[in-house]
Amino acid sequence: MERRIKVLVAKPGLDGHDRGAKVVALALRDAGMEVIYTGLHQSVDQIVRAAIQESVDVIGLSIMSGAHIPICRKLMESLKKEGLEDPLVVVGGVIPKKDIPVLKEMGIKEVFPGGTPFGRIVEGIKELVSAARKGGEEVSDGSCQVHP
Amino acid sequence: MGVARYIRDQKDAIKEVIYQSGIKVKPVYGPKDLEEVGFDYEKDLGDPGEYPFTRGIHPLGYRSRAWTTRQYTGFGTPEETNQRFKLMISQGQTGLNVAFDLPTQMGLDSDDPRAEGEVGRVGMAVDSLRDFEIAFRGIDLERIGTGLTINAIATVMLAMYQAVAEKFGYSKEKISATPQNDILKEMIGRGAWIFPVEPAVRLVGDCIAYSVKELPACNPVSVCGYHIRESGATPVQEIAYAFQIANAYIQELVNRGMHPDEFVGRFSFNFNVFGNLWEQVAKFRAARKLWAWNLRERWGVKEKKNLFLRGLFGGGGSGLTKEQPENNIIRGAFYALAAALSGAQTTALCSFDEAYTIPTPRAALLSLRTLQIIMEEVGLRDTVDPLAGSYFIETITKQMEEKILEEMAKIDALGGMVHAVASGYVQREVARQAYEFEKGVQSGEITIVGVNKYVEGETPEVELHEYDEQWAEKQIASLREVRRQRNNREVLRLLKELESTARAGENVMPVLVECCKAYATVGEMTGVFREVFGEWQEPSIF
Repeated sequence: MERRIKVLVAKPGLDGHDRGAKVVALALRDAGMEVIYTGLHQSVDQIVRAAIQESVDVIGLSIMSGAHIPICRKLMESLKKEGLEDPLVVVGGVIPKKDIPVLKEMGIKEVFPGGTPFGRIVEGIKELVSAARKGGEEVSDGSCQVHP
Repeated sequence: MGVARYIRDQKDAIKEVIYQSGIKVKPVYGPKDLEEVGFDYEKDLGDPGEYPFTRGIHPLGYRSRAWTTRQYTGFGTPEETNQRFKLMISQGQTGLNVAFDLPTQMGLDSDDPRAEGEVGRVGMAVDSLRDFEIAFRGIDLERIGTGLTINAIATVMLAMYQAVAEKFGYSKEKISATPQNDILKEMIGRGAWIFPVEPAVRLVGDCIAYSVKELPACNPVSVCGYHIRESGATPVQEIAYAFQIANAYIQELVNRGMHPDEFVGRFSFNFNVFGNLWEQVAKFRAARKLWAWNLRERWGVKEKKNLFLRGLFGGGGSGLTKEQPENNIIRGAFYALAAALSGAQTTALCSFDEAYTIPTPRAALLSLRTLQIIMEEVGLRDTVDPLAGSYFIETITKQMEEKILEEMAKIDALGGMVHAVASGYVQREVARQAYEFEKGVQSGEITIVGVNKYVEGETPEVELHEYDEQWAEKQIASLREVRRQRNNREVLRLLKELESTARAGENVMPVLVECCKAYATVGEMTGVFREVFGEWQEPSIF
């Protein structure tokens, strides 16, 4: 059976508006995913640590303050430094359209601006995870033969 | 944005109307409905200016005085903010409401690594008295009242406001500041909290107790149902939770040996106007009555003017949409109408571009103009409480009243608001409501024009406020200059004194005023509190 998708919903930085984060967390849970919510005021390091500890498939950042570009840049650098390629990072919140290509350039897999229907977020995450798992399985199948 | 649920038949006739508060609206109301809810003019309304103040706290309402307009303003460095303040005042705005950036709200200096990317972004950056000197330069602080949207460190900012006023030569007896100073609502929604619940509530108490003695024209707390509603609460929960928060603060001061009559007249509220017009009007009318009742029955308040529910009823941001943003101009006008029909004493509107970011000057002025048009062109000053006596409005006002009381009783049963927040109960309730609301929007049961109905596809670009990266550099340079120029030994001495005052459980306000005057920074003063009080650990609500 497919392993349940595990998502870390995270509120990075100082912004305390977490209505969106909580609502999306509830929607992902209703869609059968396992959801962990970090709570407010998380540093990028704290988020990366939580992602490692919980070995999540997806990190969902919620950012409303307008500081999404510096925060995402820092997070992506930190993930790379930790050698963490697995968690797929998606972003939601108040994100102007012109910033979406900038975020994707950094390696953010998907951007869900405020008001995106739950269905689209759920499907988007499922597709990303299943694509990643497919890719990952091929690699891990190979490595299993070497290290049983 | 409508928030009522409309159940329709196949021919699009409305079969059922259910307000967010759960009130089911009938197609027709008449005298029988008033009988059914037990409506009584003297008991339920009274004349305007008379207990229970359902019709308003002034006998003549807007005939004697129009509302105060107080747009939420601040961004970048104090220079930019000072210019915007002056623009708004020159255009007829009658009060200020200062927006601080997130590092300031969280008690961090602009050069703190945690502040990176946030300096001057959602409000004005403030590090020391120097910044207030610039922000309030050329503004008559004895004539203009100032709201300070600050909570976790409201003590620090009120002290700084007193310090700047005195430095400018104003009398502290005459300045009128309203620090928001409502930490429990930050813990429920909005999230700008720092310290654990108990010391945080103590700081709220310090701010109030000090103001009562030293700053007679200040309103030291503005309890905000507004943000609780923005976080998803129903209008009933908005009022019920705000009143229970206020009760928690009253208890804190009563525990210090004060009588509510000494201070409750200085309480103010900040409530949200968005959604169904009639539900809003009923909410505010019921709220005025229940607040007076709450004070008289629960706390034994005697003085008539202490029973007034005073406050800002402002147009909510969560009603605004990114899609078809110009529609928000029209929504703002209807929120302003709802506020005026509700007898708001002070008001403000979120600007039409605020679904994106903080407003451009043009958008902010348009909000101010909307409020001016409602007051001066449309006829809202003509007579007090114009909807009074309507079978419909009086019936739902009574129904709102009952529902608010039920919700307040739930908090009492949990042992009061401090417990209800510490345990995460309120946060859970509010998140659940937000989720239900969002599902209603996505299923189309709740209509939002331009979002789930009459959709246009591509949203036209609007001119937006742009954040300038140089503001942070400028602010940090100015902060470093302050640190170089001040008497550092004196600052250290005062910070030590602040620490011992905080540890001893004495009122921190007098020494904070001294710290501010010596140019101690926001980060340094808050750092002392972080050391003494620690930081709050949110309860898990999932």
